Amino acid sequence: MALLQISEPGQSLDPHQRRVAVGIDLGTTHSLVAAVRHGQAECLPAIDGRVILPSVVRYLDPAQGGAGRQIGFEALTAQIADPANTISSVKRLMGRTRAQVVDVEALSYRVVDDNGMAVVETVAGRKTPMEVSAEILATLRFRAEDSFDDELFGAVITVPAYFDDAQRQATKDAAQLAGINVLRLINEPTAAAIAYGLDNGSEGVYAIYDLGGGTFDISILRLTRGVFEVMATGGDSALGGDDYDQALAAWVLQQAGVAADSLSPVERAVLHAQARRCKEALSAVDPLTGHVTFHAELEDRSLNQTVTPAQFDACTAHLTARTMTAVRKVLRDAGVGKDEVQGVVMVGGSTRMPVIRRTVGEFFGQEPLTNLNPDEVVALGAAIQANALAGNSREGDLLLLDVIPLSLGIETMGGLVERIVPRNSTIPTARAQDFTTYQDGQTALALHVVQGERDLVADCRSLARFTLRGIPPMAAGAARIRVTFTVDADGLLSVNAKEQVSGVESRIDVKPAYGLSDEQIATMLQDSFSTAQQDMAARALVEARVDADRMIAATRSALAADGDLLSESERQEVEALMAALSAVAAGGSAADIEAATQTLAKGTEAFAAQRMNRGIQQALAGRKLEEV
Amino acid sequence: MNLQSNDFELFELSPAFALDRALLDERWKVLQREVHPDRHAAADAQTQRQAMQWSVRINEAYQRLKDPLKRAAYLCELNGAPVQAENNTAMPAAFLMQQMQWREDLEEARSAEQLERMADEVAAARKTMLGDLQRTADVQRDYAALAGQVRALMFVERFARDVEGRLDQLGQ
Repeated sequence: MALLQISEPGQSLDPHQRRVAVGIDLGTTHSLVAAVRHGQAECLPAIDGRVILPSVVRYLDPAQGGAGRQIGFEALTAQIADPANTISSVKRLMGRTRAQVVDVEALSYRVVDDNGMAVVETVAGRKTPMEVSAEILATLRFRAEDSFDDELFGAVITVPAYFDDAQRQATKDAAQLAGINVLRLINEPTAAAIAYGLDNGSEGVYAIYDLGGGTFDISILRLTRGVFEVMATGGDSALGGDDYDQALAAWVLQQAGVAADSLSPVERAVLHAQARRCKEALSAVDPLTGHVTFHAELEDRSLNQTVTPAQFDACTAHLTARTMTAVRKVLRDAGVGKDEVQGVVMVGGSTRMPVIRRTVGEFFGQEPLTNLNPDEVVALGAAIQANALAGNSREGDLLLLDVIPLSLGIETMGGLVERIVPRNSTIPTARAQDFTTYQDGQTALALHVVQGERDLVADCRSLARFTLRGIPPMAAGAARIRVTFTVDADGLLSVNAKEQVSGVESRIDVKPAYGLSDEQIATMLQDSFSTAQQDMAARALVEARVDADRMIAATRSALAADGDLLSESERQEVEALMAALSAVAAGGSAADIEAATQTLAKGTEAFAAQRMNRGIQQALAGRKLEEV
Repeated sequence: MNLQSNDFELFELSPAFALDRALLDERWKVLQREVHPDRHAAADAQTQRQAMQWSVRINEAYQRLKDPLKRAAYLCELNGAPVQAENNTAMPAAFLMQQMQWREDLEEARSAEQLERMADEVAAARKTMLGDLQRTADVQRDYAALAGQVRALMFVERFARDVEGRLDQLGQ
């Protein structure tokens, strides 16, 4: 109990102190932030009372002076007047090259390649998708900090289940730029299930049909006793409500006999906005007798077209059919018949379209679940998970067993892919495969890491290349090179290659070639307008202190729970290290605090291992008692 | 129990081919509930690394035990008769003939019905082979013979995947 004396007066060191943890739904068309307050997840509103933040950022001409950029509704309003500098749907660019962005020509702003990364050319210079996303994330972060009048501890950010490694990494980079500690990236449909599962307490197999603005996901989950297990996920990362707008706009143009490529960017933006309005209005009219007038003023003519629900359904039928093909495939992957699905959860604003509800309902032979707001449900689930990860909720409430959405492999002879981690493997996971040399005296082996389901490297996504050097010269086929893929709980990959005879080793954390290096992130952080007001050094010190506090609190609760595993002298050693860290944290520099944190971490390594072993033995022992 | 324990020890199951799948699933969740990184997200770095290692190890054991073919191969390895599929491709002539016939049928199949029929036939063959596997492993305890059966079943499973791949292509 000597420890209590070193805490500063008035400063709580209670390890169960409440931490501000939020869930963020970083969406294609809009984003939300939610948190658990008074035991209930709720979306946090902006000052004007609205919870939705349009995922739109407008960059202003620096020559005109001014604030630099507009975010959210302000930017959305300016979209028609200034489409070239107003960036919406930036999520489609995350972790992509220009060539990989579907329908890049249809965007109202200019996308160019920069070092193999799709970036946007604006009046304020080139902006990476991560920078644009960071503006949105920082806005939500400030909203949360204002709501709680406290620093943010961390956030769970949702991504489409179908996002590959590069897209997830890009999302994490964006969060880092916004100064957010990412507790976990989780899949959007999983977050929706968390929101529904906990509220309704239901068990069984569920399908989550998530049609957002720009992405479609379908996931099959099994819920048992508070454990969410993702059985399979699939979908299409470039299909969403935007495509329904485009299809409707294209149909209207066709009816009017106007060629789509004759339109200016401003006209396209007008048309798109009208298509969206028309689509939303159609959801509210009578399916048989209702109709909506599509009206748009173009530069040299005005368009007027009556649209009935049946016409809308027909001109978008190919899109709805694409979602159902993905639904059938994911059911096959999960090994589940559609009659085994107990409930279908609808997520994403686009599931408000009656044609979607009807088609999904007919396929599964049941009414889909729609009682939570489809726009908010993902953020609400993420908030519940964030609350649990931050240690605010009761233990044993919730566990998420997630899977990796796309297979990971490496290139072998002839441009073929050798799959190492098959898709839908539960994460975290590590898989190893042995390879050998194919030439006498070969001393290096080049490894090319790819992601995707196709057999040819050319058809898969290239993630990284690295080389294992220093293999002792041997006859062809004599070397044994073990390549291990490790995927962490965020679904991010690291690869290790080791020659078994000589022990030569090489490893890489897969940062896609177009991802950001740490230096780039540091530079951007300094440039970033959202964080420019903050003094970087002060920030580093605050972060080091938070880490130190976290480490001390964690060690203290470990000692309280399992201190008996240590001998008296071992315990004293740990306590001395904690006291030393506390002293440094009170007055030392960021570097000193980090060093002392590291020392405490090293000093408790063996203790952590012993605790984990004990936990496992107790877990199974407890279970066996229950079985008897 | 520690990170070096074998898969059966980890789940406290007797090392046999026959396995109670519900019990395996149950224990997997019990263990993950204890070690999953999410359970330690607010803990110190050491605990997080430990959690990651354990969680990976338990998932590895789980995916090996739940798959009958991998489980059988693992039993062979534990009992000193590794399968060595890449070095040992000797198969009975009759088995190889049947494989060639299947491959030809697959080449010629054009409709989903034909493919579905093939998938059913392969599934039936697989079921029979799994029954044989269980006798060899748990009754006769002849692990060298078991290794041979595992190699044969690998052919069949690969073929089943190819049939499924063709079905997927047709579905698109």
